Amino acid sequence: MNIFNKLIFIIFGVCLCATTQAKINVFTCEPEWADLVRMLGGDHVKVYSATTAYQDPHRIEARPSLIAKVRRADLVVCTGAELEIGWLPMLQRQAGNSRIQRGQPGYFEAASFVERMEIPEKIDRSQGDIHAFGNPHVHLDPRRIIKIAEQLSFRLQQLGAEHSDYFKQQYTVFKTKWLDNIKQWEQSAMPLKGKKIVTHHRDFIYLFDWLGIQSAGELEPKPGLPPSPGHLSRLKQSIKQDPAIAIIYTPYQDTRPAEWLSRETGIPHIQIPYTVGGSDNANDLKGMFTETIYALLKAMQ
Amino acid sequence: MSTRNTLFVLFILLGIPSVSQADSNTPGKTANPKISIILDGQLNQYSRDPENYALPGFPLSGEAGLSDEGFALGDNELILSGDIDNKFYGNVSIGMHQHEGDVEFDLEEAYIEAVALGNGFTAKAGRFFSGIGYLNEIHEHAWDFTDAPLIYRGLFGDHLRDEGVQLRWVAPTDQFIQLGLEVGRGDTFPAGGAANDGLGTAALFIKTGGDIGRSHSWQIGLSHWSADVEGRTGGDHDHGGATEIPTFTGDSHFSGIDFIWKWAPNGNSIRTNFKIQAEYFQRREQGNIEMVGSSPLETSTYDGKQGGWYLQGVYQFIPRWRVGLRYDRLSSRNNGSDVSVLDEAGLVSQGHKPERVSLMLDYSRSEFSRFRIQFNRDESRPTADNQLLLQYIMSIGSHSAHKF
Repeated sequence: MNIFNKLIFIIFGVCLCATTQAKINVFTCEPEWADLVRMLGGDHVKVYSATTAYQDPHRIEARPSLIAKVRRADLVVCTGAELEIGWLPMLQRQAGNSRIQRGQPGYFEAASFVERMEIPEKIDRSQGDIHAFGNPHVHLDPRRIIKIAEQLSFRLQQLGAEHSDYFKQQYTVFKTKWLDNIKQWEQSAMPLKGKKIVTHHRDFIYLFDWLGIQSAGELEPKPGLPPSPGHLSRLKQSIKQDPAIAIIYTPYQDTRPAEWLSRETGIPHIQIPYTVGGSDNANDLKGMFTETIYALLKAMQ
Repeated sequence: MSTRNTLFVLFILLGIPSVSQADSNTPGKTANPKISIILDGQLNQYSRDPENYALPGFPLSGEAGLSDEGFALGDNELILSGDIDNKFYGNVSIGMHQHEGDVEFDLEEAYIEAVALGNGFTAKAGRFFSGIGYLNEIHEHAWDFTDAPLIYRGLFGDHLRDEGVQLRWVAPTDQFIQLGLEVGRGDTFPAGGAANDGLGTAALFIKTGGDIGRSHSWQIGLSHWSADVEGRTGGDHDHGGATEIPTFTGDSHFSGIDFIWKWAPNGNSIRTNFKIQAEYFQRREQGNIEMVGSSPLETSTYDGKQGGWYLQGVYQFIPRWRVGLRYDRLSSRNNGSDVSVLDEAGLVSQGHKPERVSLMLDYSRSEFSRFRIQFNRDESRPTADNQLLLQYIMSIGSHSAHKF
């Protein structure tokens, strides 16, 4: 009995020890959350991003390598709001990991912690691939990122309770710097206020909402439908009457519709990083916002 | 008839409350269960009579064969799925097929899945498509060609499906390694008779896969299936009014290997992507065949060996447009004490090795709609059949899953 107790104690001790030593294993659906987790988790997290800036986060398959990663994750951080509806639920069902199921502390859905725009009155596919939970591309508003960061920090403190002071500290440092950044970005982006921009998809609305930019339409006739010649020529007419400063698209979108419209109208077309890794300078969230504003200002000249 | 009634009840139980939920359209909420409807229509032309379709050397199930000639309904399907609670997931799919003028309902899958077991384990119970092979788990409307590979048609009757349980385990490694074990009832083709008190089949599969750089991903699988078969019927023959039904009793087992490789530049499949897939299966059967309905009763011993493979490639060359090429090849060697019995059971190939070449082109307007044209030069039978298949596949309702 005595030996048995000792054994239990040793096993328990080893397990406890193992968890204290180990870093929190984080799987993120998109690279923006990977960077945020790195900033907030520092030395105590190990992060893997399922996608890069060159992949459409809506169109990923639940491929074997991702199942293997989710199998071992302690925390899954995704945008949510149905952005990953085609593949994340499948990964959760395939991986055999109880920690990261919906409703568990190991599942974090960023968009659920902020107010979303464009929540539809009703779901009607004739309006394109729209989502019941609103537009999911929330990471392009740095004010919303703060709210998400706060929640994410709470989650790290909960999962890695032994380092909760460290995580709190990381968040405080992040917040101070980030508020400074927002001030600088808002100042430099002043000239963009009220300007019109054409986008490929409705994926920049949170950026526009933040900086007071107006949308001059999308290259897609409906969300999720590829640009069609008829729609592009109508768009050409409308932006000729009411000029836009730029036609923008992400690194994973087809460049040809934007190039065509740019040739026809003389309005510059620009690839915007959209997320971390989307250009050479956008190697973190801060770089991504700086680069985005810089590129848009350049288009105005 | 009774299946039909049960299904009507199912519609009433599940359909009506969910429709009213969908109508209310509360912002920010989606209906539970998730409902999706697949609409699939075809126009098929064959140069030979589809009624005489056969795969010499392979005992065909009643289901297997060519779709109706002319306008025909394909795999129309109602799928209901959702989380049952925080531990279980449930899925029901009901196929609606046209067969000789009648609409038939078919409970394609009805299973529950325990997803929160932890340590890499997942368990499934109910009726489901077996995890063997690559294509088997995928519903027809998500296939890249309109019809099943010949080896799937010949060995499984298009799909290997059973009632039972499945246990899967994913290894805690960076390399994806999955083991799966199934025990099934064994009442339906290619098993039969629900042997061993309704525990007639067992299956085992292992899959491994991963990425190579950002642009490539792959998976290889090995599978094995075995069954005690008690009275499997199939390939019935009419002999001037008296129907004689070849009925097999004995052991059946098969092994297979499947491979898939996908390429998309930087992992971005929007503009162009390519995939290649191949599967090979070999089946061995030993036992007896009786011609039920013959008098005096004709019987034969039966020692069968049937196998085959397909290889296919699908290339998206511009957004929305894909082309595909597929090659099928089968062969068999069946022996028995009475060759005439084997012949009536469709098991004599006389050296014919069925093969088929298929070419397809499809266009997807959105993620939810697809049109396809496919041409087959089908040498299932000794003389070639030229087949032209036109198809639409559309989906309404909740978003489909992007399976690898």
